[in-house]
Order: sequence, then C-alpha cells, then structure tokens
Amino acid sequence: MISLPSYLMLSAVMFIIGVCGVIARRNAIIVFMSIELMLNSVNLSLVTFSAFLGNATGQIFVFFVMTLAAAEAAVGLAIVIALFRRKQTLNLDEINILKW
Amino acid sequence: MELIVFDILAAVSVVSALLVVTRRNPIISALWLIVNFFCLSGLYLTLHAQFIAVIQILVYAGAIMVLFVFVIMLLNLGDERRLRDALSWKKIVAVGLSFGVLMELMYALMMRGQQYPFDAIKATEIGTVEYIGSQLFTKFLFPFEITSLLLTAALIGAVVLAKKKFE
Repeated sequence: MISLPSYLMLSAVMFIIGVCGVIARRNAIIVFMSIELMLNSVNLSLVTFSAFLGNATGQIFVFFVMTLAAAEAAVGLAIVIALFRRKQTLNLDEINILKW
Repeated sequence: MELIVFDILAAVSVVSALLVVTRRNPIISALWLIVNFFCLSGLYLTLHAQFIAVIQILVYAGAIMVLFVFVIMLLNLGDERRLRDALSWKKIVAVGLSFGVLMELMYALMMRGQQYPFDAIKATEIGTVEYIGSQLFTKFLFPFEITSLLLTAALIGAVVLAKKKFE
C-alpha cells in the first residue's frame, strides 16, 4: 500500500508549483489556473487524510471546496472578461486601478 | 501494482502541473490542466474515494475547464503572446522562498518514521455515494443548503460582471 507521506509530498509539490505560477506568471488566466492547481492539491491532501483516518468529513469538505471552485471560476472569469473589455489586456502588471 | 499506478499518476500530474505554469499559450495550459485533473481523479481512486473521483472529472475537467477554454477562446488571446513574463528581483526571491517552503515540507514529511495503517475496507465504505450522501443530508444539511445560496450569488455575480455595460 502507498504510504501517507507520499500522497502528502505529491500534494506539497503540486501546491508549490501552483504558488510559483501565481508568483511568476503575468497572464491573468494562467494565474487563475494556478489557483485551481493549488485548490486541487489541497483537495488531494484532504481526501488522503479522510481515507487514512476512515472519516468521511474530509471528502465532504472536498465536495464543498469543488462547489466553491466552480463559483469562483464563474465569477473570476466574468471579472477577466470585464477587465479585458476595458483594458484590452490580461497583463496583471497593467491592471492596477486598485493600487494607490 | 498499486504502487506502480501511483508512481505513474504522480509523475504525470507533477509534469502536467509544471507544463500548466510554463506554457506561453493559455489554451495549452488549460489542456494540461485537464490532464492533471484526470490524474488526480485516478489518485482519488487509489484512495478508494469513488464519489470524489467521479465528481472531480464531472465538475473540474467537465464544467470548470469548459468555462476556462470558452473564455480563452472568446477573448482571442492569440496576439497576447508578446506578454513577456519579466523576471524581476522580487519574483526570483519569491520563487526561491516557495522552494524553501517545499524543502521544509519534504523534510517534515520524511522525518516522520511512524507508519499509518490504511484500512481499505473502511476507506471503500466511506468513499461510496451512499455513505457521503447520507452524511451530506443529515449531519451536513445546513452547509449543503448554504451552498445553493453561494451558487446563486455566483450566478448573479457572473452575469452582472460580464454584462456589456460594466462601469
């Protein structure tokens, strides 16, 4: 059987890849996809603990996280469309109207 | 056998995650993200979480990624390729720090000598639609109903934000 730490290590690696994507990329949609990657890696560790501890609460939590991710993707992509309509770009360095 | 499956799925998911964050064209990134989601679904199956595995494909690879691909195509980002990712000091330091966190996590996980037993029968029992459904409609009924409110709010928010007249 596969051990618990190997799942958690995979989850950690994927999470850090997502973090690097958010930090290094400037395309809004790719940053968005990196966030999805991070959400998924956390889901993996939740399901891992749920299965190893024999407690379904983790899996139900993952269910709610997926609902949240769907809502977040819909609203986030709507914001991306609205921003693109105004600024004609997806470069996050040029989208700084909330910065003072 | 299980170990081989896990190794293959883990390798493919890490490689596809790397490709998601390194590709220049968003469409290609989105397609690699779908590969990643399928691998994660397989990993959930190795953990005997059937319901979550199916939902992963239906919701993530199905609904959310269709939305992503749709928006990328809609915005016609073909000429957005000149969008160079400028390397700055801050970014290099931040990426380095995140690798530091990774090393720390790896160290913490490897130093644990303790073995955690995996109860396959119990895991199979709690992963079924039946068990999760019964939990969801008894113990977690209130959060479940609140989720519908969240989805309604997201629906209205998305429509309002993406409307033509956005001021």
